[in-house]
Amino acid sequence: MTSGGKELAGIFLFVALVAGIPLATDSGVILNFVMMALYAALLAQAWNILGGFGGQFSFGHALFFGTGAYIQAIAQLQGGLNAWLALFMAVAGSAGVGALVGALSFRYGLKGSYFALVTLAFAEVFRILALSVPFTGAGVGLMLPLHESFANMQFGSRKGYVYLVLAFVAAALLLTWWLKHSRFGAYLQAVRDNEDAARAIGVNPFGVKLGAIVLSGGLMGAGGAFYVQVFQYIDPGIAYGPGTSVEALVAAIVGGMGTLWGPVLGALVLHVLADLTRNLFGQLPGINMVIYGMVLVLIVMFLPRGIAGLGATAKSLWKKSGGRRG
Amino acid sequence: MAEPLLAIKGLSISFGGLKAVQNVSLDVPEGSLTALIGPNGAGKTTLFALMSGFLKPDSGTVQFAGQDITGCAPHLNARRGMTRTFQIVQPFATQTVRENIAVGAHLHLKERRSALSQAEEVAARVGLSAQLDKPASDLTVAGRKRLELARALATRPRLLLLDEVLAGLNPQEIAEMIPVVRGIAQSGVTVLMIEHVMQAVMNLAQHVWVLAQGQLIAQGTPAEVTADEKVVEAYLGHGTAARLRAAALAGAAT
Repeated sequence: MTSGGKELAGIFLFVALVAGIPLATDSGVILNFVMMALYAALLAQAWNILGGFGGQFSFGHALFFGTGAYIQAIAQLQGGLNAWLALFMAVAGSAGVGALVGALSFRYGLKGSYFALVTLAFAEVFRILALSVPFTGAGVGLMLPLHESFANMQFGSRKGYVYLVLAFVAAALLLTWWLKHSRFGAYLQAVRDNEDAARAIGVNPFGVKLGAIVLSGGLMGAGGAFYVQVFQYIDPGIAYGPGTSVEALVAAIVGGMGTLWGPVLGALVLHVLADLTRNLFGQLPGINMVIYGMVLVLIVMFLPRGIAGLGATAKSLWKKSGGRRG
Repeated sequence: MAEPLLAIKGLSISFGGLKAVQNVSLDVPEGSLTALIGPNGAGKTTLFALMSGFLKPDSGTVQFAGQDITGCAPHLNARRGMTRTFQIVQPFATQTVRENIAVGAHLHLKERRSALSQAEEVAARVGLSAQLDKPASDLTVAGRKRLELARALATRPRLLLLDEVLAGLNPQEIAEMIPVVRGIAQSGVTVLMIEHVMQAVMNLAQHVWVLAQGQLIAQGTPAEVTADEKVVEAYLGHGTAARLRAAALAGAAT
């Protein structure tokens, strides 16, 4: 089997295994953990498309998350639309915001820390806008009325949400797989590695990066829509605050940027870690964030390729030490 | 005479007070293997950047295959059939040799599979077959130069602009590389190269342009330009030609 075929088989196996969990257990703790880990994986996968494959480090992915969340809520509350239709609009809308921000920043060749700062600034601008305009409910936020039914994308138990977010994660895995095995993905990685070299051999960096931010933004918007469906509430701080931006990029970096499984692994490891520290050090509020930070520092220092790149990092260390001896 | 593949007319660009390229005109005939030489800082690489679209000229025009492409973006020029390489090699370091070359092959091949197999063929042409699955960052300098060449070649160019593909190579590696470049030219690709290694220029080029301080000071066959006093002085300093002539006369007299 080709490497691409093996990866596809891995994706189907993963989805089948996770889909089995709600059948095997009714434990709210387990189902909640699986749902939240998958949700974090989805955000990290979204960030990974632009940051990991495209090398454009966004510090403001909450911009797309919040836009998706607000569209999901507003389309239902003020537009009276069906939740599934709202989801479609949320994805399209956040992808559109991605296109706008991408067109503005990539047109002027912003990269590296400049791009990171611009995305951060955009997220803040949207947060302040959401605080000041009436249709977002301003500081009070928006509350989605509880009507549990499939048509409303609201489920009586966590099981429905697990399947919903699993479907998003599976779509993101397939999208990432496509990036690894398509011309667009090859161009995106070429631009990440060396923009001038890519231009010289016929790659249009503007178009490629724009495509990546649209895909990334759309996926992040699906994450925002999911959040609203689960918690039935959104306010400017949740939607556009830096927390979500950081969560998305940390999981992707810890797991391994520019890899298929990195974001999923990173989200899982961080969630296990967060739950463990919360249980062990429950009496010390905030300690889980300290441990979060420490893990991030250690991974960046010793595992630049993340958890998914563990094998490759070990191999190169082995080669290096062997080279010294030989 | 047939229309030249690349024709530049009166090309100039300044960076602040520095006139990097001044009023340069030259015609590259289709199917030729030509060279651009000149001392360090003469503006050779800047001229390449102007031709390929990485820089926009202050004045002058660039015509490729009869079309005015002055100031066109590099990726559009690559699609038209003009591809450049870089003096300081620019590999996609995290990717394998095969993946690097495939990016070039994708210009004409949408399918990943066909681009990857095309990469193998191109690698064979430049002698990189054994290294196909190595990460580009593991290659030696000579290997990276070959990779730079292969990636450009994979775009199936009509005109290849080679910026010092031999710089930094040892004599053995240069000797191995010269037939590769000749092979490319013989396969029908027009080649214009910037080169410092005179052995290669003498060996390969049919026509040579000499650039010094941003201006074209001489052109002709390799033998003609190396005999040109202006060229000798550009490389070795003002008055050198006269001193060399005097020394040669004195040597003949004794």
